[in-house]
Amino acid sequence: MTTFLQAVAGGLGQGSVYALLALGFVIIYKSMRVVSFAQPAFMLAGALAVSFLAEPLLGIPSPWGFFLALVLGAIGVALLGLGIERTVIRPMVGKPVFVIAIITLGIDIVVRLVANIFIGLDVRPVGDPWGLSSITIGSVQVQERHIVMLVTTVLLVVVLFSFFKYSRLGLAMRAASFNQETALAQGISVGTVFATSWAMAGALAAVAGTFQATGAGIDQNLWIIALKALPAIILGGLDSLGGAVIGGFTVGLVESLVATYQGDFAPWLGQNFSVVSAYVVMLLVLLVRPYGLFGTKEVERV
Amino acid sequence: MTDQRSTKASRQLWGRPELYTSYGQNLRMLNTRPKQLAVVAMVLLAATYVPFGLPDEWLHLFATGLAAAIGAIGLNIVTGYAGQVSLGHAFFLAIGAYTASALSGEPGRRTIGFGITFLPVWLLAAGLVAGIAGVIVAPLATRLRGLYLAIVTLGLVFLGLHIFKEWKSLTGGPGVGRQGPVPELFGQRLDRSGDLLTGDQKMYLLTLVLLIIFAVFARNLVRSKVGRAFAAVRDRDIAADVIGVSVTRYKVLAFGISSFYAGCAGALLYAVLGRVEPDSFNLLLSIQFVAMVLIGGAGTISGSIMGALFITMLPRLTQELPTVLPFISSDVTAPLGAANLAIIFYGLMIILFLIFEPRGLFGIWIRVRNYFKAWPFSY
Repeated sequence: MTTFLQAVAGGLGQGSVYALLALGFVIIYKSMRVVSFAQPAFMLAGALAVSFLAEPLLGIPSPWGFFLALVLGAIGVALLGLGIERTVIRPMVGKPVFVIAIITLGIDIVVRLVANIFIGLDVRPVGDPWGLSSITIGSVQVQERHIVMLVTTVLLVVVLFSFFKYSRLGLAMRAASFNQETALAQGISVGTVFATSWAMAGALAAVAGTFQATGAGIDQNLWIIALKALPAIILGGLDSLGGAVIGGFTVGLVESLVATYQGDFAPWLGQNFSVVSAYVVMLLVLLVRPYGLFGTKEVERV
Repeated sequence: MTDQRSTKASRQLWGRPELYTSYGQNLRMLNTRPKQLAVVAMVLLAATYVPFGLPDEWLHLFATGLAAAIGAIGLNIVTGYAGQVSLGHAFFLAIGAYTASALSGEPGRRTIGFGITFLPVWLLAAGLVAGIAGVIVAPLATRLRGLYLAIVTLGLVFLGLHIFKEWKSLTGGPGVGRQGPVPELFGQRLDRSGDLLTGDQKMYLLTLVLLIIFAVFARNLVRSKVGRAFAAVRDRDIAADVIGVSVTRYKVLAFGISSFYAGCAGALLYAVLGRVEPDSFNLLLSIQFVAMVLIGGAGTISGSIMGALFITMLPRLTQELPTVLPFISSDVTAPLGAANLAIIFYGLMIILFLIFEPRGLFGIWIRVRNYFKAWPFSY
């Protein structure tokens, strides 16, 4: 039982990173109908920005310095997202979505390479106060950083959902994702919606990247984590915000449980099977539900 | 009737390249005289001057590019013609490469080998096994649309990577790898230097011949009934269904043929390179093939070849940059070194091409051609 609970705790912590990344993917998808493959680069850029900001801010007592750096880093990457949206993505509006998706792949390659030049070959610390230390609740050992991740993610999700529900811009974004032309006719600036969605996705990816880097630090392979959010969004359905959060936590849990139990029950699947287990779950779900668990089924008009 | 068409077709006027006098002529593979002459000239140049006039180092690079071109044509069939976005090309390349390596490998070694080194056998087997894998995956494709499909095929790459890393008796394991397919034809090792030709010259000629065969087949496929069905599925699948094109059947067919090409390309590519490592079949390889198709021009065979050669040459060309532009360091680890620049170029090239010339290199050629066709009137 202890092993199980420990796996669940680790899975929820890791799942919160996936949930944040998945939210970024879905927000962009809802506004432009494009899966932005630039999220891995934003994630890396965010973690990198925080690691540079955390050093000069260490004068402030530890967790606050880190959180200040986190906020500044997220704002920085949001601005980066804004800039990229304005210069590269905006001219492509109206072109086939696949073309835009491939452009985001190009953006990913360029941004990530520039980030890699700054990272170098060493592992950079991100300046977090927790490291790998853990506390014991009952008989279950939980890493402190996982608790912080979970709390922050839940907080961000609440803020985000109330933003979409209650704010003017949030309403505009929902309207634009429902029907762009009608939204335009109602006086909504669709350009602002695009820009906001890219900025939000950038900021969320930055937070996710920083959390992923707590404990171990940043290296050049950090971005691969972002691709794990892809099964999460497919599981939840590409255009469902709630689905993204649930999908993210599901992927985290599945991974953690598989990592814990697969060695005993199915060793023939090979080491590190947990890394790809999310993709297997994704394939199985898609065979049954081609639009994910909560995705809207496309209506075909002839 | 056929007689009449052929005589009309042959009566083509010089200097009037676009004047078609029959439908048969319009639909011919090389439908204008300049096209015929240009293709013959290019093939002659590629078959005579290049292998004997260029250094072996370049021939090796060209052979890699030509093998990759076969794979790019395959991806173009499924993505450019049939409109099904696939990011899983690396997976099918891997299946082809490992089928061929296992068949042609020496028996009784650390990795599986059956000792069948006769080239046509392992090449066909590689294509068929990969093609079957494609047909197995295809039912997913018929249920999914657009970006859902792209992400699922991307998942395929990760699953494949895991399997190939774990299946050590086949692949040799990560970081170690195994010998690539052994190219042997009638007792002659094609990758070793002989009395007449060097290994690189032989491999270059082999890939050139095979590319021509595969390209002609693909070109014929896409201008046949099947090709028109692919285009119908791509442009509007519901309309295609209504007019009697079986969408499921053609999607499965497109995946199967594309994977067949990928399997053959994978086998050839690693016969040229000589060593297969499971780590190399990653997402980047898939992206490179997508880049070949998009930079070359989606929905064109000649574009795929241009794109494949361009992407294969790109790292080598950026290596030459430091000699031209002195501020670029040739040091590999330097921030603005040649290795990093090659990757940045990929990214920028994809972005810029898609924004400014969505038809790719092929589109640039069309523009040049139209300029001269209308010369001296520029409008």
